[in-house]
Amino acid sequence: MLQHILALIIKEFLALLKDKRSRFVLIGPPIIQLVVFGYAATFDLDRVPFAVYDEDNTALSHRLTDRFAGSETFELVSHITHDAEIAPVIDHKHALLVLHIGPRFSDDLAAGESASLQVIVDGRNSNTALLALNYVRTVLLDFSAEWAQEQQRPPPPAILVTRAWYNSNLVSQWFIVPGIIGLLTLVVSLLVTALSVAREREEGTFDQLLVTPLRPVEILIGKSVPGLIIGLLESTFIVLVTLWWFEVPLRGHIDALYLGLLLFLLANIGIGLMISSLAVTQQQGLLGAFLFLVPAVILSGFATPIANMPEAVQYLTLINPMRYFMVIVRGVFLEGAGYELLAAQYWPMAVIAFFSLSSAGWLFRRRMY
Amino acid sequence: MSATKAQLSHRRLIGMVRKESLQILRDPSSIAIAFILPVVMLLLFGYGVSLDAKDVRIGFVIETPDSVTSDIRAAFAQSDYFVPVTFHTIQKAEQAMRQREIDGIVWMQSDFSHRLHNGSGAPIGVIVNGVDANQARITEGYILGAWQTWLTHYSERRGLPQAFPIALEQRVWFNPAVRSRDFLVPGLVAVIMTLIGALLTALVVAREWERGTMEALLVTPIHIRELLMGKLIPYFILGMGGMLLTVAMAVWQFDVPLRGSFLVLLAASALFMLVALAMGLLISIVAKNQFVAGQVAIIVTFLPAFILSGFIFDINSMPTAIQWLTHLIPARYFVAILQTVFLAGNVWAVILPNAAALALMAFIFLMLVRRKAGKRLE
Repeated sequence: MLQHILALIIKEFLALLKDKRSRFVLIGPPIIQLVVFGYAATFDLDRVPFAVYDEDNTALSHRLTDRFAGSETFELVSHITHDAEIAPVIDHKHALLVLHIGPRFSDDLAAGESASLQVIVDGRNSNTALLALNYVRTVLLDFSAEWAQEQQRPPPPAILVTRAWYNSNLVSQWFIVPGIIGLLTLVVSLLVTALSVAREREEGTFDQLLVTPLRPVEILIGKSVPGLIIGLLESTFIVLVTLWWFEVPLRGHIDALYLGLLLFLLANIGIGLMISSLAVTQQQGLLGAFLFLVPAVILSGFATPIANMPEAVQYLTLINPMRYFMVIVRGVFLEGAGYELLAAQYWPMAVIAFFSLSSAGWLFRRRMY
Repeated sequence: MSATKAQLSHRRLIGMVRKESLQILRDPSSIAIAFILPVVMLLLFGYGVSLDAKDVRIGFVIETPDSVTSDIRAAFAQSDYFVPVTFHTIQKAEQAMRQREIDGIVWMQSDFSHRLHNGSGAPIGVIVNGVDANQARITEGYILGAWQTWLTHYSERRGLPQAFPIALEQRVWFNPAVRSRDFLVPGLVAVIMTLIGALLTALVVAREWERGTMEALLVTPIHIRELLMGKLIPYFILGMGGMLLTVAMAVWQFDVPLRGSFLVLLAASALFMLVALAMGLLISIVAKNQFVAGQVAIIVTFLPAFILSGFIFDINSMPTAIQWLTHLIPARYFVAILQTVFLAGNVWAVILPNAAALALMAFIFLMLVRRKAGKRLE
């Protein structure tokens, strides 16, 4: 019996890897995408282009401008001299924000009155706008504190002392790159499984497989193992790149990560095989893979938090294995979480894996047309 | 001679379009891909994808409750962004944060009120969970805002000098409420239509090669150009139907303002649809079989459109080398046009260069399709 399964596994590997293009598709793009996405997928602002409309034109207003221009977050791209110039600069995306210093800025400040500073931000990307405004506020706070000290004015009676756990500099790469481990693992395991049964059905070889002495369980194992091995190898590679290339700290135990990875792969393979055995043609198989993959990625918490979703959508994410893996991979890397803290993530994936794998095995025989 | 040839090709083209249209009508799966899929996806993602931090669970550690600390807590509770939870020791709060029950901590030590009255800069400790760095930054910003509001009021009431000598007056153009949905839904239209375009063609044509019906067509007097156009036209009409549906949903279902002209949107969509379909055709011709075509379609369409298009991750924040790379992603140009036409209006300085890039890509892809399709015969 073991020999049968082994023979099937070898056959499956050959089917996947004998075609040069198919071999490349499985190995090349995930590695390229890891590096490209690792750098591309960032929420951190860098060199935000801004324009200054300085009607005050005093030493103080210049100092404020220099404060912004000197920070790493902002980059001064132009000076504006008229109201009418504001709109084109923003509209045409020459600058993300315009700093408008009114004519009475330094006078008001010196008189101890509230000096007003206007900031106009391009809201087309609302997230960037929000973050840029936060940076503006931080720069302004520093600037006013410094000014108040020079003027020997008392500091504010209460101050904020802020720190962030797990990621003290709030580098978004530390959040995104572990997420990419999950993203690419999901893609690879679906690529391997989602079309495999459908292709054999379309070519008629699946019927031949069914009339051999192999039992459905054995076919199931034979079809799953290549995905599991390829998935484990590729994700190990991705984990190593995350550690050594992107230098994301690994604070927890690697075995807690691999238990999650194993369950995640099994769940994905189960879903892939289920899609594949439901499909009569490869076209349907591919459609099914897309129909699962796209929502699974977008609604996983990879880029946007699940907590922000409406309740109905949040319930829907409960059947998404990637949702659980996102918590595990980030928990192990950043929080140093162990088995205990992650138990609530392991068992739902195990349930999904069990359910989908057994349905796939069941469908092998039932769906015969 | 050349005149008769042109006439004939016209007839052949119509015949080809008819054949393809019949094929589409008889196999409802293409119609489902073009019309049902985009609607379902936009509904799901339009509601599901949001970057606004709302109802952030903040643990308030108030070691000695008094009128000042409850005043601060009330100032936070007033804002829509926070759901305050009170703790009496920092240990309890930290434990709750480790269990992911709260997203941040605002901590006032027992001597807080005392130091506040002395004017010696009483510290308010803020801890945020930095795992999701973006949400942590936004939360920090909200906390900063709440603190500033409270402190301004506090200073005013006590007749103290102004806590913040510079008053920031912020204007967020195009999206004054900073609703992330207004920014994400137009981008989603581009991501979804990339998928639809590739799915429509990538599979269908690969299937014809695999079954040998393509060779059968090629031995007829039909020209390769007519054949490709005959394939593109019906799918183009289908794809544009799906596109119109998603745009209508963006406007009426998700209340995203459409400030630019509808015609500009339509023209840009048509260009983009052409690129997406040509890309699908190219995949199917190069891949030769459905299995590989399917794998390639998954890899080159969805993920790049999701991550490299500027739909969610700002292209300006990416390293320069990656920014260059994004120029190869057609969705990038369409996302820029959509975000501008929806939120800002007809800003030609943004629309024209992006539309030109789309036109160029459509041209290049179609030329590649033609060349590769011709080569396959030999």
